Amino acid sequence: MQNPSIQVKGLQKSYKKLQVLKGVDFEVEKGSIFALLGSNGAGKTTIVRILSTLFKPDSGTASINSFDVVSDPENVRQSISLTGQFAAVDEVLTGRENLIMMAKLRHLKQPRQVADELLERFGLADAADRRASTYSGGMRRRLDIAMSLIGKPQIIFLDEPTTGLDPEARIEVWKVVKELADSGTTVFLTTQYLEEAEQLADQIAILHEGRVIASGTLQELKKLFPPAKVEYVEKQPSLEEIFLTIINKKEEKLG
Amino acid sequence: MNKHFFSDMGVMVGRSMRHISRSMDTIITVTITPIALLLLFVYVFGGAIQTGTGNYVNYLMPGILLIAIASGISYTAYRLFLDKSKGIFERFHSMPIARSTVLWGHVLTSLVSNALSVVIIILVALIMGFRSSAGVLSWLAVAGIIALFTLALTWIAAIAGLSAKSVDGVSAFSYPLIFLPFISSAFVPTESMPSAVRAFAENQPVTSIVESIRALLSNQPVGNEIWIALAWCIGIIIVAYFFAMRAYKARV
Repeated sequence: MQNPSIQVKGLQKSYKKLQVLKGVDFEVEKGSIFALLGSNGAGKTTIVRILSTLFKPDSGTASINSFDVVSDPENVRQSISLTGQFAAVDEVLTGRENLIMMAKLRHLKQPRQVADELLERFGLADAADRRASTYSGGMRRRLDIAMSLIGKPQIIFLDEPTTGLDPEARIEVWKVVKELADSGTTVFLTTQYLEEAEQLADQIAILHEGRVIASGTLQELKKLFPPAKVEYVEKQPSLEEIFLTIINKKEEKLG
Repeated sequence: MNKHFFSDMGVMVGRSMRHISRSMDTIITVTITPIALLLLFVYVFGGAIQTGTGNYVNYLMPGILLIAIASGISYTAYRLFLDKSKGIFERFHSMPIARSTVLWGHVLTSLVSNALSVVIIILVALIMGFRSSAGVLSWLAVAGIIALFTLALTWIAAIAGLSAKSVDGVSAFSYPLIFLPFISSAFVPTESMPSAVRAFAENQPVTSIVESIRALLSNQPVGNEIWIALAWCIGIIIVAYFFAMRAYKARV
Protein backbone atom coordinates (compact mmCIF):
# COMPACT_ATOMS: atom_id res chain seq x y z
CA MET A 1 0.00 0.00 0.00
CA GLN A 2 1.45 3.35 -1.03
CA ASN A 3 0.00 5.69 1.46
CA PRO A 4 -1.57 3.95 4.42
CA SER A 5 -3.61 6.02 6.88
CA ILE A 6 -3.46 3.35 9.52
CA GLN A 7 -0.75 0.76 10.00
CA VAL A 8 -1.03 -1.97 12.58
CA LYS A 9 1.66 -4.59 13.20
CA GLY A 10 1.68 -7.46 15.68
CA LEU A 11 -0.75 -5.79 18.06
CA GLN A 12 -1.27 -7.65 21.33
CA LYS A 13 -3.40 -6.79 24.33
CA SER A 14 -4.51 -8.73 27.39
CA TYR A 15 -6.90 -7.91 30.19
CA LYS A 16 -5.55 -9.66 33.24
CA LYS A 17 -5.22 -13.24 32.01
CA LEU A 18 -7.50 -12.96 29.01
CA GLN A 19 -5.59 -12.36 25.80
CA VAL A 20 -7.91 -10.34 23.56
CA LEU A 21 -5.54 -9.47 20.74
CA LYS A 22 -2.96 -12.08 19.75
CA GLY A 23 -1.00 -10.27 17.07
CA VAL A 24 -3.17 -8.20 14.76
CA ASP A 25 -1.84 -6.86 11.45
CA PHE A 26 -3.56 -4.69 8.87
CA GLU A 27 -3.26 -1.51 6.85
CA VAL A 28 -5.92 0.97 5.85
CA GLU A 29 -5.59 2.94 2.67
CA LYS A 30 -6.10 6.68 2.74
CA GLY A 31 -9.60 7.79 1.82
CA SER A 32 -11.05 4.30 1.93
CA ILE A 33 -13.73 2.67 4.04
CA PHE A 34 -12.25 -0.13 6.09
CA ALA A 35 -14.54 -2.54 7.89
CA LEU A 36 -13.34 -4.63 10.80
CA LEU A 37 -15.76 -7.49 10.99
CA GLY A 38 -16.11 -9.73 13.99
CA SER A 39 -18.55 -11.21 16.46
CA ASN A 40 -19.12 -9.78 19.93
CA GLY A 41 -16.00 -10.02 22.05
CA ALA A 42 -13.68 -10.53 19.10
CA GLY A 43 -11.62 -7.50 20.17
CA LYS A 44 -12.92 -4.88 17.72
CA THR A 45 -13.49 -2.21 20.36
CA THR A 46 -10.09 -2.92 21.91
CA ILE A 47 -8.45 -2.18 18.56
CA VAL A 48 -10.44 1.04 18.19
CA ARG A 49 -9.43 2.10 21.71
CA ILE A 50 -5.76 1.46 21.02
CA LEU A 51 -5.90 3.35 17.72
CA SER A 52 -7.68 6.29 19.33
CA THR A 53 -5.02 6.53 22.09
CA LEU A 54 -7.34 5.43 24.92
CA PHE A 55 -5.42 2.21 25.64
CA LYS A 56 -1.80 1.25 25.24
CA PRO A 57 -1.06 -2.06 23.53
CA ASP A 58 1.04 -4.68 25.37
CA SER A 59 3.19 -5.17 22.29
CA GLY A 60 3.21 -4.44 18.59
CA THR A 61 2.90 -1.06 16.91
CA ALA A 62 0.10 1.05 15.54
CA SER A 63 0.45 4.30 13.66
CA ILE A 64 -2.00 6.83 12.32
CA ASN A 65 -0.80 9.13 9.54
CA SER A 66 2.61 7.67 10.41
CA PHE A 67 2.38 8.98 13.99
CA ASP A 68 2.87 6.27 16.58
CA VAL A 69 -0.17 5.94 18.90
CA VAL A 70 1.98 5.34 21.98
CA SER A 71 4.87 7.76 21.52
CA ASP A 72 3.03 10.53 19.70
CA PRO A 73 -0.57 10.54 20.92
CA GLU A 74 -0.99 14.32 20.54
CA ASN A 75 -0.47 14.19 16.78
CA VAL A 76 -2.66 11.10 16.53
CA ARG A 77 -5.51 12.91 18.30
CA GLN A 78 -5.13 15.80 15.88
CA SER A 79 -5.72 13.40 12.99
CA ILE A 80 -8.64 11.36 14.29
CA SER A 81 -12.13 11.43 15.64
CA LEU A 82 -13.82 8.70 17.62
CA THR A 83 -17.48 7.81 17.50
CA GLY A 84 -17.81 5.20 20.19
CA GLN A 85 -20.11 2.26 20.51
CA PHE A 86 -22.79 4.22 22.34
CA ALA A 87 -23.68 7.62 20.97
CA ALA A 88 -21.61 9.80 23.31
CA VAL A 89 -23.70 12.94 23.12
CA ASP A 90 -24.42 15.18 26.08
CA GLU A 91 -28.11 14.50 26.70
CA VAL A 92 -28.67 17.58 28.83
CA LEU A 93 -27.44 19.89 26.10
CA THR A 94 -29.34 20.58 22.88
CA GLY A 95 -28.08 19.31 19.56
CA ARG A 96 -26.76 22.75 18.73
CA GLU A 97 -24.99 23.10 22.07
CA ASN A 98 -23.35 19.72 21.64
CA LEU A 99 -21.92 20.80 18.30
CA ILE A 100 -20.81 24.21 19.59
CA MET A 101 -19.09 22.51 22.51
CA MET A 102 -17.14 20.27 20.15
CA ALA A 103 -16.22 23.19 17.89
CA LYS A 104 -14.89 25.09 20.91
CA LEU A 105 -12.88 22.07 22.02
CA ARG A 106 -11.42 21.88 18.52
CA HIS A 107 -10.56 25.57 18.97
CA LEU A 108 -12.36 26.68 15.82
CA LYS A 109 -12.95 30.35 15.15
CA GLN A 110 -16.69 30.32 14.53
CA PRO A 111 -18.30 27.56 16.55
CA ARG A 112 -21.90 28.73 15.92
CA GLN A 113 -21.49 28.75 12.19
CA VAL A 114 -19.88 25.31 12.17
CA ALA A 115 -22.77 24.01 14.25
CA ASP A 116 -25.39 25.53 11.94
CA GLU A 117 -23.83 23.98 8.87
CA LEU A 118 -23.73 20.52 10.41
CA LEU A 119 -27.28 20.74 11.75
CA GLU A 120 -28.44 21.50 8.24
CA ARG A 121 -26.34 18.79 6.63
CA PHE A 122 -27.49 16.10 9.04
CA GLY A 123 -31.15 17.03 8.94
CA LEU A 124 -31.18 18.14 12.56
CA ALA A 125 -31.99 21.82 12.00
CA ASP A 126 -35.58 21.43 13.24
CA ALA A 127 -34.48 19.63 16.38
CA ALA A 128 -31.44 21.86 16.95
CA ASP A 129 -32.72 23.49 20.12
CA ARG A 130 -34.20 20.41 21.71
CA ARG A 131 -32.24 18.51 24.31
CA ALA A 132 -30.45 15.49 22.89
CA SER A 133 -32.29 13.29 25.43
CA THR A 134 -35.45 13.77 23.35
CA TYR A 135 -33.82 12.51 20.13
CA SER A 136 -34.56 9.14 18.54
CA GLY A 137 -31.77 6.58 18.23
CA GLY A 138 -31.11 7.53 14.62
CA MET A 139 -31.04 11.27 15.33
CA ARG A 140 -28.72 10.74 18.25
CA ARG A 141 -26.35 8.72 16.09
CA ARG A 142 -26.41 11.41 13.40
CA LEU A 143 -25.63 14.07 16.00
CA ASP A 144 -22.87 11.82 17.32
CA ILE A 145 -21.30 11.49 13.87
CA ALA A 146 -21.76 15.21 13.16
CA MET A 147 -19.86 15.94 16.40
CA SER A 148 -17.06 13.72 15.15
CA LEU A 149 -16.73 15.62 11.89
CA ILE A 150 -15.98 18.95 13.55
CA GLY A 151 -12.45 20.09 12.87
CA LYS A 152 -12.30 17.93 9.72
CA PRO A 153 -10.32 14.98 11.08
CA GLN A 154 -8.66 12.90 8.37
CA ILE A 155 -9.58 9.58 9.95
CA ILE A 156 -12.86 8.71 11.59
CA PHE A 157 -13.45 5.70 13.79
CA LEU A 158 -16.99 4.41 13.93
CA ASP A 159 -17.40 1.64 16.48
CA GLU A 160 -20.52 -0.33 15.58
CA PRO A 161 -22.33 2.76 14.31
CA THR A 162 -25.60 1.01 13.49
CA THR A 163 -25.97 -1.39 16.40
CA GLY A 164 -29.39 -0.84 17.93
CA LEU A 165 -30.72 1.30 15.08
CA ASP A 166 -33.84 0.53 13.07
CA PRO A 167 -33.44 -0.24 9.35
CA GLU A 168 -34.24 3.30 8.22
CA ALA A 169 -31.78 4.90 10.61
CA ARG A 170 -29.20 2.36 9.56
CA ILE A 171 -29.53 3.37 5.92
CA GLU A 172 -29.21 7.04 6.92
CA VAL A 173 -25.95 6.26 8.68
CA TRP A 174 -24.70 4.31 5.67
CA LYS A 175 -25.39 7.30 3.48
CA VAL A 176 -23.39 9.55 5.80
CA VAL A 177 -20.48 7.11 5.84
CA LYS A 178 -20.39 6.94 2.04
CA GLU A 179 -20.44 10.72 1.76
CA LEU A 180 -17.56 10.94 4.22
CA ALA A 181 -15.39 8.59 2.19
CA ASP A 182 -16.31 10.44 -1.01
CA SER A 183 -14.97 13.64 0.52
CA GLY A 184 -11.61 11.97 1.17
CA THR A 185 -11.96 11.02 4.82
CA THR A 186 -10.65 7.62 5.85
CA VAL A 187 -13.37 5.68 7.64
CA PHE A 188 -12.52 2.88 10.02
CA LEU A 189 -15.66 0.99 10.84
CA THR A 190 -16.32 -1.96 13.10
CA THR A 191 -19.42 -4.02 12.66
CA GLN A 192 -20.93 -7.38 13.40
CA TYR A 193 -23.29 -7.13 10.44
CA LEU A 194 -21.98 -8.80 7.33
CA GLU A 195 -24.36 -6.83 5.18
CA GLU A 196 -23.00 -3.55 6.49
CA ALA A 197 -19.45 -4.47 5.55
CA GLU A 198 -20.67 -5.65 2.16
CA GLN A 199 -22.56 -2.41 1.52
CA LEU A 200 -19.90 0.03 2.61
CA ALA A 201 -16.40 -1.27 2.76
CA ASP A 202 -13.61 -1.01 0.23
CA GLN A 203 -11.52 -3.25 2.44
CA ILE A 204 -12.72 -5.84 4.91
CA ALA A 205 -10.75 -7.57 7.65
CA ILE A 206 -12.25 -10.42 9.63
CA LEU A 207 -11.17 -10.49 13.26
CA HIS A 208 -11.58 -13.80 14.98
CA GLU A 209 -10.18 -14.93 18.34
CA GLY A 210 -7.70 -12.09 18.48
CA ARG A 211 -6.29 -12.35 14.95
CA VAL A 212 -7.19 -11.07 11.52
CA ILE A 213 -7.94 -14.33 9.75
CA ALA A 214 -8.83 -12.87 6.35
CA SER A 215 -8.66 -9.49 4.70
CA GLY A 216 -9.07 -7.88 1.31
CA THR A 217 -11.76 -6.42 -0.89
CA LEU A 218 -15.11 -8.13 -1.04
CA GLN A 219 -14.12 -9.58 -4.43
CA GLU A 220 -10.89 -10.95 -3.01
CA LEU A 221 -12.70 -12.50 -0.06
CA LYS A 222 -15.23 -14.09 -2.38
CA LYS A 223 -12.39 -15.70 -4.31
CA LEU A 224 -11.32 -17.52 -1.17
CA PHE A 225 -14.36 -19.68 -1.58
CA PRO A 226 -15.05 -22.00 -4.48
CA PRO A 227 -17.54 -20.51 -6.91
CA ALA A 228 -21.05 -21.30 -5.83
CA LYS A 229 -23.10 -23.64 -7.95
CA VAL A 230 -25.43 -21.60 -10.12
CA GLU A 231 -29.04 -22.21 -9.30
CA TYR A 232 -32.10 -20.45 -10.55
CA VAL A 233 -34.49 -19.43 -7.83
CA GLU A 234 -37.38 -17.04 -7.73
CA LYS A 235 -36.15 -13.85 -6.05
CA GLN A 236 -38.10 -13.35 -2.85
CA PRO A 237 -37.97 -9.89 -1.30
CA SER A 238 -36.43 -9.88 2.18
CA LEU A 239 -38.53 -8.70 5.07
CA GLU A 240 -36.30 -5.64 5.25
CA GLU A 241 -37.03 -4.73 1.64
CA ILE A 242 -40.76 -5.18 2.24
CA PHE A 243 -40.62 -3.05 5.37
CA LEU A 244 -38.73 -0.25 3.69
CA THR A 245 -40.97 -0.26 0.62
CA ILE A 246 -44.10 0.02 2.73
CA ILE A 247 -42.61 2.79 4.83
CA ASN A 248 -41.51 4.73 1.78
CA LYS A 249 -44.96 4.41 0.18
CA LYS A 250 -46.48 5.76 3.32
CA GLU A 251 -44.11 8.70 3.35
CA GLU A 252 -44.83 9.45 -0.27
CA LYS A 253 -48.55 9.53 0.47
CA LEU A 254 -47.99 11.79 3.45
CA GLY A 255 -45.60 13.99 1.53
CA MET B 1 0.79 23.24 30.37
CA ASN B 2 -1.29 22.79 27.26
CA LYS B 3 -1.83 26.13 25.53
CA HIS B 4 -5.58 25.50 25.39
CA PHE B 5 -5.86 24.65 29.08
CA PHE B 6 -7.96 27.67 30.10
CA SER B 7 -10.23 27.64 27.09
CA ASP B 8 -10.84 23.88 27.41
CA MET B 9 -11.43 24.25 31.14
CA GLY B 10 -13.97 26.97 30.39
CA VAL B 11 -15.87 24.66 28.04
CA MET B 12 -15.85 21.82 30.56
CA VAL B 13 -17.05 23.97 33.47
CA GLY B 14 -19.65 25.72 31.28
CA ARG B 15 -20.99 22.34 30.27
CA SER B 16 -21.37 20.95 33.78
CA MET B 17 -22.76 24.24 35.13
CA ARG B 18 -25.51 23.84 32.52
CA HIS B 19 -26.14 20.36 33.87
CA ILE B 20 -26.78 21.96 37.24
CA SER B 21 -28.87 24.90 36.10
CA ARG B 22 -31.09 22.61 33.99
CA SER B 23 -31.72 20.11 36.75
CA MET B 24 -34.55 21.17 39.05
CA ASP B 25 -33.70 18.22 41.24
CA THR B 26 -30.14 19.49 41.79
CA ILE B 27 -31.25 23.03 42.56
CA ILE B 28 -33.89 21.87 45.03
CA THR B 29 -31.51 19.52 46.82
CA VAL B 30 -28.59 21.89 47.15
CA THR B 31 -30.43 25.08 48.09
CA ILE B 32 -34.11 24.59 48.89
CA THR B 33 -33.58 21.57 51.15
CA PRO B 34 -30.90 23.19 53.34
CA ILE B 35 -33.06 26.32 53.59
CA ALA B 36 -36.05 24.17 54.59
CA LEU B 37 -33.88 22.50 57.26
CA LEU B 38 -32.85 25.92 58.47
CA LEU B 39 -36.48 27.00 58.75
CA LEU B 40 -37.45 23.75 60.45
CA PHE B 41 -34.70 23.90 63.05
CA VAL B 42 -35.02 27.58 63.76
CA TYR B 43 -38.81 27.90 63.92
CA VAL B 44 -39.91 24.37 64.96
CA PHE B 45 -37.23 22.46 66.88
CA GLY B 46 -35.10 25.43 67.84
CA GLY B 47 -37.23 26.48 70.78
CA ALA B 48 -36.58 23.16 72.50
CA ILE B 49 -32.84 23.06 71.86
CA GLN B 50 -30.56 24.55 74.49
CA THR B 51 -27.31 25.69 72.96
CA GLY B 52 -26.26 28.17 75.57
CA THR B 53 -26.12 30.90 72.95
CA GLY B 54 -28.79 33.46 72.29
CA ASN B 55 -29.09 33.24 68.52
CA TYR B 56 -29.90 29.72 67.26
CA VAL B 57 -29.58 30.72 63.58
CA ASN B 58 -25.98 31.67 64.27
CA TYR B 59 -25.43 28.34 66.02
CA LEU B 60 -26.98 26.38 63.15
CA MET B 61 -25.33 28.15 60.24
CA PRO B 62 -22.08 26.13 59.86
CA GLY B 63 -23.89 22.77 59.99
CA ILE B 64 -26.48 23.80 57.41
CA LEU B 65 -23.73 24.88 55.04
CA LEU B 66 -21.93 21.56 55.42
CA ILE B 67 -25.16 19.66 54.71
CA ALA B 68 -25.68 21.73 51.58
CA ILE B 69 -22.17 20.89 50.40
CA ALA B 70 -22.55 17.19 51.21
CA SER B 71 -25.71 17.06 49.09
CA GLY B 72 -24.07 19.14 46.37
CA ILE B 73 -21.14 16.79 45.88
CA SER B 74 -23.42 13.78 45.49
CA TYR B 75 -24.40 15.35 42.17
CA THR B 76 -20.73 15.67 41.24
CA ALA B 77 -20.46 11.92 41.73
CA TYR B 78 -23.56 11.44 39.58
CA ARG B 79 -22.25 13.61 36.74
CA LEU B 80 -18.89 11.83 36.77
CA PHE B 81 -20.67 8.49 36.68
CA LEU B 82 -22.71 9.54 33.65
CA ASP B 83 -19.67 10.82 31.75
CA LYS B 84 -17.82 7.62 32.51
CA SER B 85 -20.61 5.24 31.58
CA LYS B 86 -21.93 7.08 28.52
CA GLY B 87 -18.65 7.28 26.64
CA ILE B 88 -18.21 11.04 27.09
CA PHE B 89 -14.81 10.55 28.72
CA GLU B 90 -13.68 8.43 25.78
CA ARG B 91 -14.82 11.03 23.31
CA PHE B 92 -12.95 13.82 25.14
CA HIS B 93 -9.85 11.72 25.72
CA SER B 94 -9.51 10.92 22.04
CA MET B 95 -9.54 14.63 21.18
CA PRO B 96 -6.61 17.04 21.00
CA ILE B 97 -7.55 18.93 24.16
CA ALA B 98 -5.89 19.57 27.51
CA ARG B 99 -6.76 16.15 28.93
CA SER B 100 -6.59 17.09 32.59
CA THR B 101 -9.57 19.44 32.14
CA VAL B 102 -11.88 16.44 31.67
CA LEU B 103 -11.68 15.54 35.35
CA TRP B 104 -10.68 18.91 36.82
CA GLY B 105 -13.60 20.56 35.05
CA HIS B 106 -15.89 18.53 37.32
CA VAL B 107 -13.84 19.46 40.38
CA LEU B 108 -13.92 23.16 39.57
CA THR B 109 -17.66 22.99 38.85
CA SER B 110 -18.15 21.40 42.24
CA LEU B 111 -16.27 24.25 43.95
CA VAL B 112 -18.10 26.97 42.03
CA SER B 113 -21.60 25.52 42.38
CA ASN B 114 -21.21 24.76 46.08
CA ALA B 115 -19.90 28.27 46.67
CA LEU B 116 -23.02 29.58 44.96
CA SER B 117 -25.38 27.55 47.11
CA VAL B 118 -23.47 28.57 50.25
CA VAL B 119 -23.88 32.24 49.33
CA ILE B 120 -27.61 31.82 48.65
CA ILE B 121 -28.15 30.04 51.97
CA ILE B 122 -26.23 32.73 53.88
CA LEU B 123 -28.38 35.43 52.24
CA VAL B 124 -31.57 33.65 53.31
CA ALA B 125 -30.14 33.17 56.81
CA LEU B 126 -29.47 36.91 57.03
CA ILE B 127 -33.17 37.51 56.50
CA MET B 128 -33.91 35.01 59.27
CA GLY B 129 -31.72 36.86 61.73
CA PHE B 130 -28.27 35.44 61.16
CA ARG B 131 -25.67 37.99 62.26
CA SER B 132 -21.92 37.83 62.34
CA SER B 133 -19.38 40.13 63.92
CA ALA B 134 -16.55 38.56 61.92
CA GLY B 135 -14.09 40.76 60.08
CA VAL B 136 -12.83 40.33 56.53
CA LEU B 137 -9.98 38.04 57.57
CA SER B 138 -12.28 35.75 59.53
CA TRP B 139 -14.69 35.58 56.59
CA LEU B 140 -11.79 34.68 54.32
CA ALA B 141 -10.78 31.95 56.74
CA VAL B 142 -14.37 30.64 56.72
CA ALA B 143 -14.36 30.67 52.92
CA GLY B 144 -11.06 28.78 52.93
CA ILE B 145 -12.30 26.08 55.30
CA ILE B 146 -15.51 25.68 53.31
CA ALA B 147 -13.53 25.41 50.06
CA LEU B 148 -11.22 22.76 51.56
CA PHE B 149 -14.21 20.84 52.92
CA THR B 150 -15.84 20.99 49.47
CA LEU B 151 -12.66 19.79 47.82
CA ALA B 152 -12.30 16.93 50.30
CA LEU B 153 -15.87 15.75 49.70
CA THR B 154 -15.51 16.29 45.93
CA TRP B 155 -12.61 13.86 45.75
CA ILE B 156 -14.57 11.34 47.81
CA ALA B 157 -17.42 11.84 45.36
CA ALA B 158 -15.00 11.27 42.51
CA ILE B 159 -14.06 7.87 43.91
CA ALA B 160 -17.74 6.95 44.10
CA GLY B 161 -18.64 8.32 40.68
CA LEU B 162 -15.68 6.75 38.91
CA SER B 163 -15.87 3.32 40.47
CA ALA B 164 -19.63 2.81 40.84
CA LYS B 165 -21.24 0.15 38.68
CA SER B 166 -24.75 1.64 38.76
CA VAL B 167 -26.59 4.90 39.43
CA ASP B 168 -27.96 3.42 42.65
CA GLY B 169 -24.43 2.83 43.87
CA VAL B 170 -23.59 6.47 43.27
CA SER B 171 -26.55 7.88 45.14
CA ALA B 172 -26.20 5.46 48.07
CA PHE B 173 -22.73 6.70 48.95
CA SER B 174 -23.74 10.27 49.73
CA TYR B 175 -26.28 9.52 52.48
CA PRO B 176 -23.71 8.88 55.22
CA LEU B 177 -21.99 12.15 54.30
CA ILE B 178 -25.24 14.09 54.60
CA PHE B 179 -25.91 12.46 57.97
CA LEU B 180 -22.52 13.21 59.49
CA PRO B 181 -23.47 16.79 60.46
CA PHE B 182 -26.48 15.50 62.43
CA ILE B 183 -24.20 13.44 64.66
CA SER B 184 -21.95 16.36 65.49
CA SER B 185 -22.18 19.64 67.29
CA ALA B 186 -23.87 21.18 64.24
CA PHE B 187 -27.43 21.16 65.66
CA VAL B 188 -27.07 20.51 69.36
CA PRO B 189 -24.12 20.67 71.77
CA THR B 190 -22.44 17.26 72.06
CA GLU B 191 -22.74 17.39 75.90
CA SER B 192 -26.39 16.39 75.58
CA MET B 193 -25.58 13.09 73.79
CA PRO B 194 -25.10 9.60 75.34
CA SER B 195 -21.41 8.87 75.88
CA ALA B 196 -20.80 6.54 72.91
CA VAL B 197 -22.52 8.87 70.44
CA ARG B 198 -20.79 11.81 72.03
CA ALA B 199 -17.37 10.19 71.63
CA PHE B 200 -18.09 9.68 67.92
CA ALA B 201 -19.54 13.16 67.48
CA GLU B 202 -16.60 14.89 69.11
CA ASN B 203 -13.99 13.01 67.13
CA GLN B 204 -15.40 13.08 63.63
CA PRO B 205 -14.30 15.77 61.15
CA VAL B 206 -17.58 17.68 60.98
CA THR B 207 -17.48 18.78 64.64
CA SER B 208 -14.06 20.41 64.41
CA ILE B 209 -15.02 22.10 61.13
CA VAL B 210 -18.34 23.32 62.55
CA GLU B 211 -16.68 24.57 65.73
CA SER B 212 -13.99 26.43 63.77
CA ILE B 213 -16.48 28.14 61.47
CA ARG B 214 -18.75 29.00 64.40
CA ALA B 215 -15.86 30.53 66.32
CA LEU B 216 -14.68 32.54 63.33
CA LEU B 217 -18.17 33.86 62.58
CA SER B 218 -18.76 34.95 66.17
CA ASN B 219 -15.30 36.45 66.59
CA GLN B 220 -14.27 33.94 69.25
CA PRO B 221 -10.79 32.41 69.53
CA VAL B 222 -10.61 29.29 67.32
CA GLY B 223 -8.14 27.43 69.53
CA ASN B 224 -6.95 24.00 68.43
CA GLU B 225 -10.14 23.15 66.57
CA ILE B 226 -9.08 24.92 63.41
CA TRP B 227 -5.87 22.87 63.14
CA ILE B 228 -7.80 19.66 63.67
CA ALA B 229 -10.29 20.81 61.01
CA LEU B 230 -7.54 21.64 58.52
CA ALA B 231 -5.76 18.37 59.21
CA TRP B 232 -8.98 16.44 58.54
CA CYS B 233 -9.67 18.32 55.29
CA ILE B 234 -6.17 18.07 53.90
CA GLY B 235 -5.76 14.47 55.00
CA ILE B 236 -9.03 13.49 53.29
CA ILE B 237 -8.07 15.42 50.16
CA ILE B 238 -4.74 13.59 49.85
CA VAL B 239 -6.12 10.10 50.47
CA ALA B 240 -9.28 10.58 48.38
CA TYR B 241 -7.34 12.17 45.52
CA PHE B 242 -5.05 9.15 45.41
CA PHE B 243 -7.93 6.67 45.20
CA ALA B 244 -9.95 8.83 42.80
CA MET B 245 -7.01 9.08 40.40
CA ARG B 246 -6.51 5.35 40.63
CA ALA B 247 -10.15 4.77 39.70
CA TYR B 248 -9.86 7.34 36.93
CA LYS B 249 -6.73 5.81 35.42
CA ALA B 250 -8.28 2.35 35.55
CA ARG B 251 -10.97 3.76 33.30
CA VAL B 252 -8.83 5.38 30.65
